[in-house]
Amino acid sequence: MKILVLLKMVPDVVEELEVAPDGKGLDLEFLRMILSEPDDHALEEALILKERYGGSVTVAALDAPDVDDVLYTALAKGADRVVKVADIEPGTTTRMAAAALSGVLRESTGLLPADLILTGSQAIDDLDGLIAPLLAHSLELPYVGIVTQVRADEAAKTATVIKEYPGGVRGEFETPLPVVLGIQSAEKPPRYVPVAKVRAAMKSQPIETAGALTAADAGGPLAELVAMNKPMVTGAAEMIEGSPEDIAGRLCGIFAERGVL
Amino acid sequence: MLGTAPVETEPTCQITLGNLYDTPEGKRLLTCIQCGVCAGTCPYGDVMEYPPRKMIAMLRASLLEKVFTSESLLACVACYACMAKCPRDIRLTEVLLPLMKEQTLVHLPDLPAELKKALENTLRYGNPMGESSRKRAAWVKTADVPIRILSDYRQPVDVLWFVECYTSFYPRGQDNSRATAKLFHAIGSDFAILGNEEKCAGECGRLTWEPGLFETLTDYNMAVFQKYEFNRLVTSCPHAHNAFMNRYRKLGFWWELEHTVPYLARHLDRLKPMLKRKLNYTVTYHDPCCMGRYNDVYEEPRQLLMAIPGIKLAEMKHNRMNAVCCGGGGGGMWLDTYYKAKGYDRLSERRIKEAIATGADVLAVCCPYEVSRFEDALKVLGHDNRMIVRDVTELLAESLEV
Amino acid sequence: MAGNIWVVAEQWRGEISEVSFELLALGREVADQLGVPLEAVLMAEGRKESAGALGKADVVLYADHSSLAEPIPDVCAEALVQLAQERRPRAILVALTNVSMGIGTLAAAKLSAPGINFCTDLKVADGRIEAQCVLYGGKMEATVTAHGEPAILGIWPGARSPEKGRATQAPAVEDVTVTLPEPRVRLKRYLEPEAGDIDISQQDALVAVGRGIQSKDNVALAEELAETLGGAICGSRPVIDQGWLPLSRQVGKSGLSVKPRLYVAAGVSGAPEHVEGMKNASLIVAINSDPQAPIFNVAHYGIVGDAMDVLPALTEAVRARKG
Repeated sequence: MKILVLLKMVPDVVEELEVAPDGKGLDLEFLRMILSEPDDHALEEALILKERYGGSVTVAALDAPDVDDVLYTALAKGADRVVKVADIEPGTTTRMAAAALSGVLRESTGLLPADLILTGSQAIDDLDGLIAPLLAHSLELPYVGIVTQVRADEAAKTATVIKEYPGGVRGEFETPLPVVLGIQSAEKPPRYVPVAKVRAAMKSQPIETAGALTAADAGGPLAELVAMNKPMVTGAAEMIEGSPEDIAGRLCGIFAERGVL
Repeated sequence: MLGTAPVETEPTCQITLGNLYDTPEGKRLLTCIQCGVCAGTCPYGDVMEYPPRKMIAMLRASLLEKVFTSESLLACVACYACMAKCPRDIRLTEVLLPLMKEQTLVHLPDLPAELKKALENTLRYGNPMGESSRKRAAWVKTADVPIRILSDYRQPVDVLWFVECYTSFYPRGQDNSRATAKLFHAIGSDFAILGNEEKCAGECGRLTWEPGLFETLTDYNMAVFQKYEFNRLVTSCPHAHNAFMNRYRKLGFWWELEHTVPYLARHLDRLKPMLKRKLNYTVTYHDPCCMGRYNDVYEEPRQLLMAIPGIKLAEMKHNRMNAVCCGGGGGGMWLDTYYKAKGYDRLSERRIKEAIATGADVLAVCCPYEVSRFEDALKVLGHDNRMIVRDVTELLAESLEV
Repeated sequence: MAGNIWVVAEQWRGEISEVSFELLALGREVADQLGVPLEAVLMAEGRKESAGALGKADVVLYADHSSLAEPIPDVCAEALVQLAQERRPRAILVALTNVSMGIGTLAAAKLSAPGINFCTDLKVADGRIEAQCVLYGGKMEATVTAHGEPAILGIWPGARSPEKGRATQAPAVEDVTVTLPEPRVRLKRYLEPEAGDIDISQQDALVAVGRGIQSKDNVALAEELAETLGGAICGSRPVIDQGWLPLSRQVGKSGLSVKPRLYVAAGVSGAPEHVEGMKNASLIVAINSDPQAPIFNVAHYGIVGDAMDVLPALTEAVRARKG
């Protein structure tokens, strides 16, 4: 079973995010990038599927600060091959990234065809699109998003996937292989890999680099970010301060007023 | 038996399971008489599939693989009790147990989520909470006394105060830090902190599974220390003290090292006259594993407490070398959910019961892990109206009138 | 016909979703400001009568096809694209829900048209549509404009109240034809959630726990408060993922929508996926140690602090009040 996983880095929201001086993006000074969490789940699901069905896991990630660490970690976790898609400028939108990715996937040897293409269902910076359906479109493959479980039948060339719906309801879908899946969460939380193993991977295994090709849609971005700002907290919550007892007393008063108590 | 502070004659960081028998420690392991005192004194010895005695037996029978594919090491809280009592001086907690923990992490199919997160956070953010390192020194603004940050101050100081994670980020830890700053200021200590540059000393990475993580932190911390001029490092955290003393020393850490309690005890002549406010508390003191059993610091904290007017001391049934661990070491700080799921009795609750039995009003501690663990246990056992938990520094600061 | 504003009405398991009415309310405003008609697109099989509820729109374009019986994004996008190519709307509003996710992006890609996600509001300025979007889990807001038509706008639930999107009069309904290939993605069946637990959407008071409560043990603190208030506990996605609460207690995009009289959110950051499920609660109290947590934007009262301290104190106080 050939599994391809697509990863990208997103701003780490643990660090305070600030708006850049031009007001149109994030201030890069203290910005740290982290692997998009659903992508981490996509990688975990791919590794689980490799353990279940055998085969190989190839990881392709968009170039970004600290992406090398993520790729070495993927190798240490059990990925067979990792590829960095280079020449991605900061400020590349999801739509542009998807175009670059699909170009690289087509041109690089051995990445396609894959049986399963997994990536995170969505990312926190997907302002102009989601990678999974964008890629499905450009590769002319079927797509299912918000997936939490994957079973595959390599002989029959089909996959059965579970998609999450509201209210705890889940949908069971069947698709042919190959298929692009947007993974919401893996069957198990992403595994831990010791730092020593990642260091060992750094020393012994390579990261391949593949050049991005120019986007198929030439002629400027279709969606323009005119301004970015921190959300105004005013007009929202009335803040209550004091010791826990003070706060509790005040809240009880409010509950009584509102007829909740 | 541990009678004096340990000074290792061999660099334990270079011992592996592969070369173990070539080392003096390995040879000591071979002299184990299987007396079982280790397993008997281990606070979780009864729930481990392989308590320390059995681990040694499995080692000698070349069946060690079975131990690290079991969950036994998850129950080891690195409390040094086994090592302290061993009649053969086998340095279990220093050597074999960390090696076993390392292998367990590699072999266990599912590491408990909380512990995993703590390790990942420590690697990425330099603290197990997963807070931005840029918020580490935020508490400084709330201190009543000026606190110098070395990256701004850039002058030589006498004391580099290594604050550590819980004492920087957790509200109750910050209470401790504010108290400590007040005391240092009162005795005229020439001190500064690293501020946001500080990262976890990594002790829990060493005794807890992840030597690779520990190495990342030691490399970083040593580089930071070498940027500045100071005479001694004083830390609020016994676990950090442990790391500096036992591992960092071998990596070139040459500065003098003290935990805040012995440091303050050394300056008691200056401090005592300022302890004017009378605190009418009966206090029972909990000896933290890393300062007490492992480092023989038993009398200094008691001296400090007795210097506070109005304080009466009451000893718990198990005190000094026999103190019962709060359960926070060895990763235990992040395994409470796991222990609960397994039905293990919580060590912090065991200890609180002993504390309550003394009739004291206050449980005094000097390890940042203990405050939250014991306050939790008091709540769970419904004793939070009878007893409060205070760090020794908090009590000193409460009595302080400059 | 060209230049209209479209709303894709979401229908799932025989019901028009609440979010469709939210989109209609928003679409109506935009259409009125631009002086163009508002049309609702309803894709289904044998559900033409549902179109009657969509009266906020001027016209419902009803596409009936066996492959559209249950919404599958691949299929819906294909149908939407055909209609858009024929009729050339100016903008298409699509809901960002589990049911509809992917439709907007696929349609935008197929049409080589602009797509904008995470919209919480739309404004019209100088005859142009401006989208207000959230990014980074609610930590930033962005104003975005589209270059090209149709602009395909992915709208977060909660942009408008559904009441504003309902109408008493029935709209004109136009049957439209779409030609769809044999779908590659096939829905086999729906799996219902485990029974035997309570229905949190029926509770008057809910205490929600999020990642900020840090461990399963602290769930007990929330449980105590919930009991004292005569309600139940629920959680955000991370808490369910960790196994601290069952799936039936999940509030948010992939969970339940709740409208209790009181919603206490402890250690919940307030990411849009969760807020979606609880924004309509009558009284929302949030406790979070992060003063910048997005939950404070939706809460009525906020406390910056440690939930582990506030929850027990509150439980005590409520108990004292009642007892």
